[in-house]
Amino acid sequence: MTNSTYTETLTSAEAKVLKRNLRKSERFGLYKALLLILPLFVFLMFTFILPIGSLLFKSVTDDVIPTEWPALTQSLAAWDPAKKQLPDSQTYSNLVVDLQKSIEDDGNSRVATRLNFQQSGMRSLIMKTMRHLDGMDLKDAKQSLIDADERWGQIGTWTIIKFSSQRLTFDYFLNAFDYTRDEFGNVVHNAPADSLYQDVFIRTIVVSLTVAVLCVLIAYPVASFLAALPSKFSNPLMILVLLPFWTSFLVRTTSWIVMLQTNGPINQFLLELGLILKPLELIYNRFSVLVSMTHILLPYSILSLYSVMKGISPVYVKAARSLGAGPIKAFFNAYFPQTLPGVVAAGILSFILAIGYYITPALVGGADDQLASYYIANHVNTTLNWGLASALSVLLLGGVMVLYIVFVRMTGGKGMKLG
Amino acid sequence: MNFPAYTNLWGKLAKYLHVIYSLLILVFLIIPIIVIIPLSFNSEPYFTYPMPGLSLKWYEAFFTSPVWISSLKNTLLVGVISTLIATVLGIMASLGLMHPRLQRLAWLKGVLMSPMIVPLIITAVGVYFAFSPIGLSNSLLGLILAHSALGVPFVIVTVTATLAGFNETLTRAGRILGASPLQCFFQVKLPLIAPGVISGALFAFATSFDEIVVAIFLTSADQRTVPRQMWSGIREQLSPTILAVATILIVMSTIMLITLELLRRRTERIRSGSL
Repeated sequence: MTNSTYTETLTSAEAKVLKRNLRKSERFGLYKALLLILPLFVFLMFTFILPIGSLLFKSVTDDVIPTEWPALTQSLAAWDPAKKQLPDSQTYSNLVVDLQKSIEDDGNSRVATRLNFQQSGMRSLIMKTMRHLDGMDLKDAKQSLIDADERWGQIGTWTIIKFSSQRLTFDYFLNAFDYTRDEFGNVVHNAPADSLYQDVFIRTIVVSLTVAVLCVLIAYPVASFLAALPSKFSNPLMILVLLPFWTSFLVRTTSWIVMLQTNGPINQFLLELGLILKPLELIYNRFSVLVSMTHILLPYSILSLYSVMKGISPVYVKAARSLGAGPIKAFFNAYFPQTLPGVVAAGILSFILAIGYYITPALVGGADDQLASYYIANHVNTTLNWGLASALSVLLLGGVMVLYIVFVRMTGGKGMKLG
Repeated sequence: MNFPAYTNLWGKLAKYLHVIYSLLILVFLIIPIIVIIPLSFNSEPYFTYPMPGLSLKWYEAFFTSPVWISSLKNTLLVGVISTLIATVLGIMASLGLMHPRLQRLAWLKGVLMSPMIVPLIITAVGVYFAFSPIGLSNSLLGLILAHSALGVPFVIVTVTATLAGFNETLTRAGRILGASPLQCFFQVKLPLIAPGVISGALFAFATSFDEIVVAIFLTSADQRTVPRQMWSGIREQLSPTILAVATILIVMSTIMLITLELLRRRTERIRSGSL
């Protein structure tokens, strides 16, 4: 039954109609498919994609000061701190006008909070100035403000307000990389004592990388062992991998807190064996973070390595051995190269999962073991510096996205199998 | 164990070491989970062995505490509704994604799968920023919506995998025999892809049931979920009641694991059968 027999018997008019109908029904099928995806697409748009978009937006925009202090924002836009001169007297009187106008709805307090993110002490400066507003003459606003607080006579104060009053700003990203602006608006590196985020990102990468390497190294022999067993033996043993995989990670974190406590089972066991004389400090340090995160992510590595190794026929190694290769040579030349896709998948998957961890380090780590997620949460909940939280999130998200693309390229998306 | 004739003593030793090492790691995986189960029955609030006596009082404390019970209710409510939403939307989208021309659009699947890839903290903060102004923070509805989004990728992965093995001629047979497209779906397709649907739904439920980061940002005291309550409990002081909760959660995950295993076997039976 070939196409030619059909086309020969069909007149060209009939063929045209048939073709049209076929195309019509194909188009209908495509519309139907799109229509089926549409509800989920709209749903995710609202519950996921727009919220992530709002983060991107928040990391580069800032409308507190332009909204509350419009006149000052405008006159500061024209002022250039690099000329090393104080703003003109018009700017000073605009500040007084804006300050007076925004008392009513607490706008000054919002501005003060915003400015305090940039430099502590700005909040008290604004609050102090507000108390001096009564009877201030707009004509010599400059002198009155400087009399009220000498900081109004310093270029640095105005620089901070100028750069905080930009609607579109990259200053949060500068802060996220430990950069700031000096008195004259030049981008400079933070003093070492104020630098934090470069260390945080390096720490996040080091911890995640260590966990990923540990996971792959520990998982590799286990997965090859399980893959070589007949399913009669490997299935029951697989339960030991799947049960932790399915157990809530909060439960697993809890058990590590119990296990590693000063008076916990591990210390108790070692004391009774006489291996140690006093309890070891096992928890709230880097060790406990690495142990618990590796334990939590190990099942992922074992499962992704196992699925690759299961598809490797043992004949290759046997052939290599019978052709005279030693066990080590046979392993590295015949077996290991075939498992590489699994190694890459397991490594990148563990790394991606580890890099976003928040709960486990927060519960079992000390102050110096917190990862990027912790600082994001902290800025959202405690310091309320949402712009900086967003900038840090965008950096973390960018890193994960790049890794994920590498992951898909190298595994062909096959690493995402479940169950 | 069978050793090839050419294996020498060192080879045998290496083989035994490999077995011992693997078994030790498997024990390492399971030990932390096993250790806390007996401790939840301890009559004293200590976390050491041997235990002075057995008691169910920590379970009693859990089941008589209004806070824990209301958080359990919230967790189940959020879990069930978000699983339903994720499953229905996920099945529909998976059916659409089977279209050959859409399968080539990698970005489309990427977008639909993205909730699985984006770190939870980023999802949580984004959702918090977006939901607060419209009154969806501090509400179970907001949490349900966010959890549905997190569950969708799991449904898509499992359902598209099952659909790939589905024989489309069966739908055509149904149509020829006079069934409407909907009838065909519910009476022919859905029963056959059910294992994939159920395991996707289980993954989605487990995700919601476990989820804490979004819950921290979106819930206040009135909408506490079990993980949220555990989180604050652990941060204040680790009490044996938390170990009782953990044990209950371990039992639940064991049940889910067994269900999945049975489903997997069923799928394998169907695959290797006549279909």
